[in-house]
Amino acid sequence: MIEQDSEIIFNKRVAVDTFLIGLKSPLVAAEARPGQFVMLKVGRGMDPLLRRPFSICGIREENLILILYRIVGQGTRIMCDFRKGESLSVLGPLGSGFEMPHKGDMPILVAGGMGIAPLIFLASIMEPGSFSFFAGFGSAKEVVATDEVGSSGLDLSISTDDGSAGHRGLVTELLENRLAGFDGKTSPVVFACGPLPMLKEVAAITLDGVLSCQVSLEASMACGLGACQGCAIRRSSEQAIAYYHVCQDGPVFDVNVLDWGAL
Amino acid sequence: MVHPDLRVKIGALELKNPVLTASGTFGYGREFSSLIDLDLLGGIVVKGVSLKPREGNPPPRIVETPCGMLNAIGLANVGLESFLKEKLPWLQGLNTAVIVNIYGHTVEEYGAVAAGLSGVKGISAIEVNISCPNVEQGGMAFGTDPDMSAKVTERVVKETDKPVIVKLSPNVTDIRKIAVAAADAGADALSLTNTLTGMAIDIERRVPKLANISGGLSGPAIRPVSLFMVHQVVRAVKIPVIGVGGIVDYRDALEFLIAGARAIQIGTANFVDPRASLDIIEGLRIFCQDKGIDRIEDVIGTLKI
Ligand SMILES: Cc1cc2nc3c(=O)[nH]c(=O)nc-3n(C[C@H](O)[C@H](O)[C@H](O)COP(=O)(O)OP(=O)(O)OC[C@H]3O[C@@H](n4cnc5c(N)ncnc54)[C@H](O)[C@@H]3O)c2cc1C
Ligand SMILES: Cc1cc2nc3c(=O)[nH]c(=O)nc-3n(C[C@H](O)[C@H](O)[C@H](O)COP(=O)(O)O)c2cc1C
Ligand code: FES
Repeated sequence: MIEQDSEIIFNKRVAVDTFLIGLKSPLVAAEARPGQFVMLKVGRGMDPLLRRPFSICGIREENLILILYRIVGQGTRIMCDFRKGESLSVLGPLGSGFEMPHKGDMPILVAGGMGIAPLIFLASIMEPGSFSFFAGFGSAKEVVATDEVGSSGLDLSISTDDGSAGHRGLVTELLENRLAGFDGKTSPVVFACGPLPMLKEVAAITLDGVLSCQVSLEASMACGLGACQGCAIRRSSEQAIAYYHVCQDGPVFDVNVLDWGAL
Repeated sequence: MVHPDLRVKIGALELKNPVLTASGTFGYGREFSSLIDLDLLGGIVVKGVSLKPREGNPPPRIVETPCGMLNAIGLANVGLESFLKEKLPWLQGLNTAVIVNIYGHTVEEYGAVAAGLSGVKGISAIEVNISCPNVEQGGMAFGTDPDMSAKVTERVVKETDKPVIVKLSPNVTDIRKIAVAAADAGADALSLTNTLTGMAIDIERRVPKLANISGGLSGPAIRPVSLFMVHQVVRAVKIPVIGVGGIVDYRDALEFLIAGARAIQIGTANFVDPRASLDIIEGLRIFCQDKGIDRIEDVIGTLKI
């Protein structure tokens, strides 16, 4: 893990309010694994003060890290105005990544909104055709085309809340349909990232079916390093200590270790 | 070219430079060890240690505010025993001052933690966080009452052979009264300030943004407040004062040193830039060189009024 001023190679709009930024960060890129994140210093002065956490969406040409982000507030609004050639301090790669599926597993990737970012990275290092990938968005204009983010050829099934693209409804319905098709010869393993209500539903489905599932979570973060203890999240009651720290123990967790009722 | 001498003395405690990292913002040091050379620091103040491990508050524990942040971590820590067994051995390998921040909920607890650290190799000093609720006094913070502050200080001083730094809360009407009480009770030095109590509200959901409702404000937003308190306290006591609050660069650090602080601590800035403390040390060095100042000591307390 390092902190490095990184040149912005591009920063382009890929869907409504959604951008992909490419940062030249050779040392971060060399270490990064799917599920890990970086802390970006987006403010130039004292406001906003803290770094912002973003999942690594991919690595390109060995030295470029890709970040997919949506404008939701002050920091991301500043980010979308960044120009090619400017630079930005990147701290990372941080956190634990996904535990890779084993031979014979049937991976199912389930994304909600920007939760697609770490799953695109995960998909990019798996055998094409060896997994299913479901992504939910609000509407068609929010849909991130995967060739836009440099992952062409990903076979993605889309759902939208309003039915303007793909399945009309929740992405977890696509997951349930897919699970219903399993015959017991292969074991499905689920990888999920997205808004909390979606993850709760994924947790309910996979816990109920006793399926292996890893989720990538978010929390408010100050340091990203395990130093401030700001990013606490409740462990399930079977665990000895009450809290995990998302930045260090996560952001990827086995669905069994968390207290979903307290999230 | 002169090579300025950055060493400072805080009573019996000698530091290679006046820049320390503040408690709770630098973990147990190790979290930053792959990012910066910790041996270049004047010292590290570790996360507050209590007698028993503490889980801390429910989340959300932090929220950003203009030029600062609120935290309600709830003093989560591994507890004295694990600190000594699991965290300290690594810290003992460093070539910098290690200061252990402690807290308790009763005078006895403070005393017990101090006693547990007494005589232990590799600990340069104890910093006593008195911004904690006193459970025997209806939860009122020790640090808001001169008598309670004096009692805690007296007990800690009695239980340990280490230099004792008492860390003052800014959430008081006249910080000089607390400062004088701690100094008279035997503190070797004072550090100030801790965080200022505040809150933030989510206007959509109409709930506090922190699960704990209130939290401690830190970062550049509090710097003028901390600075003025340092200015006041330096004039009220004879023991050394360490300045803390919103310092992000060497100019901020100089303000505190000129006001009379003999060292400073860097807190929230570590989150923004893990190199902040080292950059401040370098900035102080260059400042002295440019001004032809031989020793940083010659800057301390030079405020002209
Ligand atoms: C490990 C991790 C990975 C992330 N990966 C991505 C990613 O790949 N792409 C992406 O677009 N976003 C990602 N996020 C969320 C991203 O960090 C926030 O959207 C960003 O910090 C918002 O900053 P802002 O200044 O624009 O918004 P602010 O002004 O800080 O906040 C605006 C709104 O966003 C909400 N918000 C702020 N921070 C977070 C957060 N950490 N989690 C959830 N909601 C938040 C606030 O509550 C508020 O409602 C990730 C968060 C974490 C913790
Ligand atoms: C996340 C966080 C945790 C903290 N934990 C402690 C603590 O355990 N003990 C303590 O005395 N002060 C603690 N503090 C206070 C800092 O040490 C410091 O006094 C305060 O943040 C002001 O300095 P700053 O503005 O440079 O951050 C904490 C501050 C923050 C932001
Ligand atoms: S963000 Fe500081 S410990 Fe996780």
